[in-house]
Amino acid sequence: MLQIPLWQKVLIFLVLLVGVLFAAPNLVSQERARSLPDWVPNQQINLGLDLQGGSYLLLEVETDAVIDDQLNNLVDTLREEMRGQRIGYRSLGVADGAISFTLTDPANAGQVEQIVQDLGQQITIDIADNGQATVDLTDQARRERVSNAVSQSIEIVRRRIDETGVREPTIQRQGDARIVVQLPGINNPERMKDILGKTARLTFRLVDQDARVGGDVPPGSEVLPSDEAGPEGQPTRQYVVRKRIMVSGENLTDAQPTFQQGQPVVSFTFDTVGAKRFGETTQENVGRPFAIVLDGKVISAPVIREPILGGQGVISGDFTVQEANDLALLLRAGALPAPLTVVEERTVGPGLGADSVRAGEFAAILALVAVVVFMVVFYGMFGALADVALIANLILIMGALSGLQATLTLPGIAGIVLTLGMAVDANVLVFERIREEQHNFKKVLSAVDAGYRRALTTIFDANITTLIAAMLLYYFGSGPVRGFAVTLAIGLVTSMFTAIMVTRLMVAGWLRRSRAQTLPI
Amino acid sequence: MALVKRFPTEPRFDFAGKRRLTLPFSGALMALSLIAILVMGLNFGVDFRGGILLEVRTKAETADISGIRDEMNALNLGDVTIQRFGEPDTVLMNVQEQEGGAEAQQAAIEQIRSELDARVADWRRVEFVGPKVGEELKQAGILATVLALGAMALYIWFRFEWQFAAAGLAALVHDVVAVLGFFAVTQLEFNLGTVAAVLTIAGYSINDTVVIFDRVREILRKYKRKPMPELLNIALNSTLSRTLLTSGTTLVALIALAIFGGAVIRSFTWGLIFGVVIGTYSSVGFAVPLLTLFGVKPSTVAVTQETDKETAARVSGQGGS
Repeated sequence: MLQIPLWQKVLIFLVLLVGVLFAAPNLVSQERARSLPDWVPNQQINLGLDLQGGSYLLLEVETDAVIDDQLNNLVDTLREEMRGQRIGYRSLGVADGAISFTLTDPANAGQVEQIVQDLGQQITIDIADNGQATVDLTDQARRERVSNAVSQSIEIVRRRIDETGVREPTIQRQGDARIVVQLPGINNPERMKDILGKTARLTFRLVDQDARVGGDVPPGSEVLPSDEAGPEGQPTRQYVVRKRIMVSGENLTDAQPTFQQGQPVVSFTFDTVGAKRFGETTQENVGRPFAIVLDGKVISAPVIREPILGGQGVISGDFTVQEANDLALLLRAGALPAPLTVVEERTVGPGLGADSVRAGEFAAILALVAVVVFMVVFYGMFGALADVALIANLILIMGALSGLQATLTLPGIAGIVLTLGMAVDANVLVFERIREEQHNFKKVLSAVDAGYRRALTTIFDANITTLIAAMLLYYFGSGPVRGFAVTLAIGLVTSMFTAIMVTRLMVAGWLRRSRAQTLPI
Repeated sequence: MALVKRFPTEPRFDFAGKRRLTLPFSGALMALSLIAILVMGLNFGVDFRGGILLEVRTKAETADISGIRDEMNALNLGDVTIQRFGEPDTVLMNVQEQEGGAEAQQAAIEQIRSELDARVADWRRVEFVGPKVGEELKQAGILATVLALGAMALYIWFRFEWQFAAAGLAALVHDVVAVLGFFAVTQLEFNLGTVAAVLTIAGYSINDTVVIFDRVREILRKYKRKPMPELLNIALNSTLSRTLLTSGTTLVALIALAIFGGAVIRSFTWGLIFGVVIGTYSSVGFAVPLLTLFGVKPSTVAVTQETDKETAARVSGQGGS
């Protein structure tokens, strides 16, 4: 065991060298590290939001809204088809996540089934003998819809965040319907939440001048509140607006904040289809008010003075500069397929982050010094060798964290401190074994040899059990806890390496040089 | 050369004889912990409870807690706890979950921000966890703990005989219950970090237990005619210095972290410190004595069942000393 083959020596030195190389960029400033050539390791340890400050938002896509949307579209199609084929029905609508209606004449069941079949395979229909019908999406269709909506939402969220100019955001899907957004350096996320919380579905619709608010609203129209809020927070007025959408935000190619008569407005440009429809609509409705509706609220309803044929227009409302900016941003980035809600938020100010790093560094250094002294006091020279291995271990942890670009969090620092304490365990096991073997009147060489060999399986068993705990923590944990699991796992692996391989190399070297007859242990 | 020679080379401490004390003690500890958990409950942090948490550094050198409380009460946000956190100018506020879904929480955060802005020098932490997320985090925490305990027991079963796995699992449950009891009694905040602490303690404690089990098995193979208590004593005594040293260095490191690691991870580190002490005790005072209860004797680890042939050869070649 003490005859260490050359390849092992080379391997040990290589691992240590790689560790030092990957850890080294952390010693210089961030700018220096970035400017290093690409072929040398130039990545620094990636600090978690709890250490560098920033905002973590967990957004949830309202999947019910996605399905409802889909079902409502289906209702419209069904209505048109059944009317077209003169099939009588009653109370058609969406209830409890499915479409239901009753056929006036159950004999039409076959025709209706045919209509549904023609719509595609992802829709099921069930008609009872009394004409009571239920139309539903298959589970697979639901899953696909939701999954698409989440992917689409991630895309829109990314575009919106990019437009705000936040540096190095992370946007990831989590689970079925959630999106994790991490915004380093943002310590007041209110504006971000505002921007992400808007669906931003823009529609241009005619105001229904035949109906009045408070009176009977015809089936093709609805009452919508204005976007402006009065002093008590209630909308300043209501509009009766036709449900039919003349042009929608999907046809926009650009939107920019500008000024018109000193007022901030948003000017927009349509694509060719949008421009054509907008032109036709304005041409036919000169003199009538045209509602600009955003997320179910009327931003403004200007009267069309003349046909707008160039495909360009402006949205004026009582905007502040910031509001105009944000609206333009939202329109450029596109509408979300479903509303997003913030279900978890964690914001850490830069001050706390810096304090945590300082405190963690201090605790780590203190722990290191304490353990180093401890080991020397108990094991003398062997303790000092273990200390060298401990420092090598710390460098390897830093190198691994930088190289793997794992995120270091505050509990992660605690993980490192804990491994510092536990790292010497393997050495303690070995040294205690050596002492015992020596006590059993073994010769020096065979005592050391047996000490390492016999402690090995124990060390292995003991560390694997802890590694299991670390892996489960990583799998089930989130954010900072994951960071802890990562450093714990890295620390366990590197400490096994340094405590066994590195100290063995040093002990063997010392024995060969000194030819000691007794061990100073 | 070492300044301190290890504990007596042949410590003769009668651990096994103390099992009539330690086993009832462990039983009582678990029972009391369970009672504490049921009666006092755990002080769930915002992670599991849902709600809003704010940590602020005030402009005043000593935070005016009653003034802040008055302003917060004026906002009618329901149950609000306000306490000093670490430094005298730092205040931690826990606000209950607001009625009206996610938007209501956002509105409340904004209200608090604008109400307190004049007093606050630094918004150090603002966290909000929705009730659904809190419930999910709680379930994930329970699942992770149960799975981790099961996986560790399985690994021991794979490496040792079943009695060792059973005793190891019992010791794990012992430690987890005791640590939860500790959190119930001290009312230290129980959050995601604490779950990490509990699992780490489980890992640490089993680490300790495995080292001793390993030695127990070796001793059982070595001496076949001595009575069980004496065999256990040999195993425990020969690993004692290692047990104490490792726990010692780990505790030293953790105490450094508890004192200088900042207030945010204080409950986390105190949980770890208590856990290391309990985990060390349970390996010696609970897991090993349990082995006798589960009927472990030299024949349990008969050389014929041997997986580690090398050890077997060594043991038989060496004989007793």
